[in-house]
Amino acid sequence: MVLLVGLVVSLVGCGGGDNTGDEGELAGSIKIIGSNTVTPLSSVWAEEFMSMHSKVNIAVSGPGSGAGIAALINGTTDICQASRTIKQQEIDQAKANGVEPYEIQVATDALSVVVHPSNPVSELTIVQLSAIYTGKITNWNEVGGNDAAIVVISRDTNSGTHVFFKEHVVQMQGLPTEDKSLEYGGDVLMLPSTEEGVSQVASNPKAIFYPGLGYVTEEVKPIAVKKTADSAGVLPSVQTALDGTYPIARPLLFYTNGTPTGVIKAFVDYCRSSEGQGKVTEVGYVPLK
Amino acid sequence: MLEQASKATTAMSLKKGLQRRWRLGEKFIESWILLAGILTIVVLLGIIALLLKEGLPAFWYTPPWEFFFGTKWYPVSEPPTFGIMPFFVATLWITLVATAISVPVGVACAAYLAEVAPAKVRETVKPIIEILAGIPSVVMGFIGLMLLSPLVQSAFNLNTGLSGFTAGIMLSLMSLPIIISVSEDALRAVPDDFRQAAYALGSTKWETIRHVSIPGALSGITAAIMLGVGRAIGETMTVLMVAGGALAVPISPTEPMMPMTAAIASGIGNAVRGGLQYQALFAIGLILFVVTLAVNLIADKVLERQKRKFAR
Amino acid sequence: MRAGAISKRQFSQRTAFSLLIIATIIVVIPVFAIVLQIIINGASAISGDFITQAPSQAGKAGGILPAIVGTFYLMLGTILFALPLGVMAGIYLTEYAKENWLTKSINLAIVNLAGVPSIVYGLFGLGVFVLLFHFGMSLLSASLTLACQALAMTVTTSREAILAVPREYREGSLAVGATRWQTIRHLVLPQAFPGILTGAVLAMSRAAGETAPILVVGAAFLLPGLPQSPFDQFMALPYHLYTVAAHVPGMPKSTIWGVALVLLVVVLSFNVLATIIRLRARQRRLNA
Repeated sequence: MVLLVGLVVSLVGCGGGDNTGDEGELAGSIKIIGSNTVTPLSSVWAEEFMSMHSKVNIAVSGPGSGAGIAALINGTTDICQASRTIKQQEIDQAKANGVEPYEIQVATDALSVVVHPSNPVSELTIVQLSAIYTGKITNWNEVGGNDAAIVVISRDTNSGTHVFFKEHVVQMQGLPTEDKSLEYGGDVLMLPSTEEGVSQVASNPKAIFYPGLGYVTEEVKPIAVKKTADSAGVLPSVQTALDGTYPIARPLLFYTNGTPTGVIKAFVDYCRSSEGQGKVTEVGYVPLK
Repeated sequence: MLEQASKATTAMSLKKGLQRRWRLGEKFIESWILLAGILTIVVLLGIIALLLKEGLPAFWYTPPWEFFFGTKWYPVSEPPTFGIMPFFVATLWITLVATAISVPVGVACAAYLAEVAPAKVRETVKPIIEILAGIPSVVMGFIGLMLLSPLVQSAFNLNTGLSGFTAGIMLSLMSLPIIISVSEDALRAVPDDFRQAAYALGSTKWETIRHVSIPGALSGITAAIMLGVGRAIGETMTVLMVAGGALAVPISPTEPMMPMTAAIASGIGNAVRGGLQYQALFAIGLILFVVTLAVNLIADKVLERQKRKFAR
Repeated sequence: MRAGAISKRQFSQRTAFSLLIIATIIVVIPVFAIVLQIIINGASAISGDFITQAPSQAGKAGGILPAIVGTFYLMLGTILFALPLGVMAGIYLTEYAKENWLTKSINLAIVNLAGVPSIVYGLFGLGVFVLLFHFGMSLLSASLTLACQALAMTVTTSREAILAVPREYREGSLAVGATRWQTIRHLVLPQAFPGILTGAVLAMSRAAGETAPILVVGAAFLLPGLPQSPFDQFMALPYHLYTVAAHVPGMPKSTIWGVALVLLVVVLSFNVLATIIRLRARQRRLNA
């Protein structure tokens, strides 16, 4: 089914225009700046694209979604890669600078909640996750686990993931219990990297963290997330992210100034083509379809 | 005769002309040298100016009192709140731990090297200390993460090894070379006559070190401590990777915490240029700059005094 | 006193000395532990390919050549800006400056600059070179930022090296009619050269290892080729280490240690170089 849809997508992508034909070889340079979540994916895409088109140069940097959006606003990047949506304030700033942000979804990421393999807890509701991350619940035995303090791990504000998790889990966006005033608790560890978070969980039976699907290793155990107390617990996977049953899935985005043209368009088309999307699962994220 | 005289005058005027050109050329070079000297002031003023320009506006949004003593740092919320007390206290804790370890160990090691160690030992140990000084901070952070934090976690039965304590230990390793080096210089600067006088009165070597050398080198040792403190306050990568990054005001050093340097590094990637978070981060930079400035100025003054004390 | 008995004072001396030795051991052991760990864990990743290839698959495979090259470019750029200015400022302070407020301010500035945290230099570089001067996230911005940081070091070491040249040399030269600049150029500088060079090499070593400033100014994660101009983006070893240790899913651990090893080797070899220069110069002076 995925193959069929992928085929359809690639046909649609092809229809958009193949630049290699008439003018000769595709050439140019592309700068991609932004989220460190999307960086591994863009790097793989860039590498493949450059090997197919030797005259194209692509440079990828991952200082953070915010830095990428800033670069787009300042005109110092061609593509901004982001793991969060652009904010209204940033859209206003962009327009004031004559930049029209154009959003393109290139993949999806399922934020997996992971714990140590020895942790008996296997499922949590969004409300429980929110309480854990705000510091209201502090002991594993309050959610059916051992009598041990919960070591709550998060990413720092450089990461779009931090913002996404806050809005959709901590603040329970979309649920009747939504509360926009909730914040991460004071004991939550704000780590500068996802790798660090995962290795902490792998070595600490009390820890909990929310890495993207691609970072989950066999050393940690993903938890089934229940949207509400009566819904079924869903484990994160490419399948459940694609069909929407996994509640914490977020889009990975490219932003360009206006609709992309020329070599940028060719690159974006490649990323969204079945070939490009095939790489997404290799890196560990969830393809568009 | 007249010919000779005119030849002489032409020669004289030629020489004067050359000399004048030389002097002009020299003046040109000398003005460049002066400019280079001034450049250091320019760079420093530039740093201050930039920090003020980008950081002061943060105080229009959050009054200084609230900024400094506030305990809530939520830069991406709506509305954002900026309070840096957790960062300041974290910096204090980590610096305290680092200093508590590096000062006794560093001064003792310096005393050993300067007063007791045989030359061969000295020649071997000094390069090792220089290697320690050369290890980049990101490598130290990586080592702290991989090797030290699991140890700390099990030794103190903590929930996580990522804590101010772990950061403090790694930082003490990074401050040790400068503390040892400056203290050693200070001890060596104490004139030998003082020691000889003590021996003449029947003191043992240790008694001499304890009652003559160390008190004599005290200002230099103090300066060394201050330089080590300055280093600990300003270190970024190591604490970013190892200190834990929790936002609550840390009550004990074994808690995970986020010092000021890490706070800046953690946020600058995401901050919209010119936005509120950006300004707040520059404001932290400003405070950091002022603190390290004060520490380094004091150290410098003390070192000056030490030099003058024994100048001959 | 019985033969063989030690007095209380002797005892406390022995105890004290043991403590001092223990302190020294506490300093030395971690160095060995750290260096050995890096070598042991990182050696498996080192291969011809690792050093000569570009990274692929988001850094999980391939090599780290662009990061190595980027680091060398950074060192070069830093020293290009910091050394001439540092030497000239050092000359100014030792040969031309009078005891006035300007000199005092310069000395003050140098002490302060040396103590500024590297993240603050990063902010400075971001605000001034990247944004204000519009150099963007480039080799130029990063080199200039690191050069500002290195300036305090190059000025101080130049000043010390020049001060170490004995007064008699200068006075002799002036006595035979040379101008001040000629004396400096042909006599003082050559004599001070080893000291200045040592300072330069140490500054380069420091630049190679700095992460915070280039984190803020913006090193790249993946570049298709090596930087062709100072305005290009760049990769660098310390930033690469931080990134692969931190941000790439499924990164083989040996790769991370491998990057750490390469970085350590680069930094330490420059330190060793500086020491060799210093020792050779001392040797020559003793033999002269």
